Amino acid sequence: MRFDPPGSAVAALEAFAPALLEGERDLPDGIIGPDGKPSPRRFNVYRNNVVVSLVEAVMDSYPAVLKLLGEDYFKAVARLFVINNPPKSPVLIWYGAAFAEFLESFPPLAAYGYLPDVARLEWAWLEAYHAADAAPLQPQTLASVPGDLLAGLKIAPHPSCRWLQSPWPVVSLLAVNRFESGEVVDLAEAQEVLVTRPDLDVEVRLMRPGCACLLEALSAGCSLSEAGERAAQSVQEDVFQFDMCLSDLLAAGALAAFDPEEAAAGFLSGGSNGIPD
Amino acid sequence: MKTRSMTAAIVAGAVASAVTSLSVATPANAQAKEKCYGVSLKGKNDCKAGAGTTCAGTSTVDYQGNAWTLVPAGTCVTMELPDGRKGSLTELDRDLPKA
Repeated sequence: MRFDPPGSAVAALEAFAPALLEGERDLPDGIIGPDGKPSPRRFNVYRNNVVVSLVEAVMDSYPAVLKLLGEDYFKAVARLFVINNPPKSPVLIWYGAAFAEFLESFPPLAAYGYLPDVARLEWAWLEAYHAADAAPLQPQTLASVPGDLLAGLKIAPHPSCRWLQSPWPVVSLLAVNRFESGEVVDLAEAQEVLVTRPDLDVEVRLMRPGCACLLEALSAGCSLSEAGERAAQSVQEDVFQFDMCLSDLLAAGALAAFDPEEAAAGFLSGGSNGIPD
Repeated sequence: MKTRSMTAAIVAGAVASAVTSLSVATPANAQAKEKCYGVSLKGKNDCKAGAGTTCAGTSTVDYQGNAWTLVPAGTCVTMELPDGRKGSLTELDRDLPKA
């Protein structure tokens, strides 16, 4: 296929790009075959390949949603998604971030309310997989911090750490539809999810009530005491178990390592200031 | 809202308890392989690391057809929603977003 841009290259691309995704558009000027005549058939082959390769990219990133919808339906939905959300970056691993929102706004799937959160969890999995390598916080490092500095200590989540509070049993849905688990899915169950990659493997696990709120607060820069207060207030009376929550987060590698000497010197201390309500 | 104050003593106690409950001699990520709350889904990263990590085919011919005569054919259809909210599969040919 020869493409002779009329006028500037930028103007030519501006006419070419929308025609790739919108089937009703006319053939862009300058698309001709070997006989020198306009060649819509050739352009359609190219157009199809652009969309199919992006559909396959979405399919690769959302295997559980694929299993839930079946391949035919998934490809049809993904095609609409691709046409409405062309890539903004040349990095293919990050294509499809908005798929969960698309599923949420797609009326024919309104009856399957759990689908967008399954997609969100799969995106969190992918983000964790591609996150920067970093050492997780070891329990002994935390144990070495002087007791009077702990309340003001600021600990960041590990770069791979993601969390999700869902009214749906997303962990179970992922287990069954992505990891071939035989567990029974109770669609009435709400689940809080933690995704980490402390080493090479992405790990997905359930969290105790309030833990997601604790992580949210820590990532916002709250001290341990502030984050603990927010977490305790986020759930019903006395449901939040601070110690068990911390223990789970440490075991999962969900917290980022820090320099114990800096902590001992108070450099990581947030003091008791400013809890915005 | 009732404020549940996290005093320095409570925080220190929670940290001490959390650290004690984990073996101090074992690295946290080794611990994670045995201890978790609920369920832990391990990686299985082999071939499913998302888009761009395998060579996506670029020569597949794929026709749209009238996709919205389709219904989800995966495990969606085998699952009952609470409150009897099972998918109304006949809605598929309307309310489509604008392409």
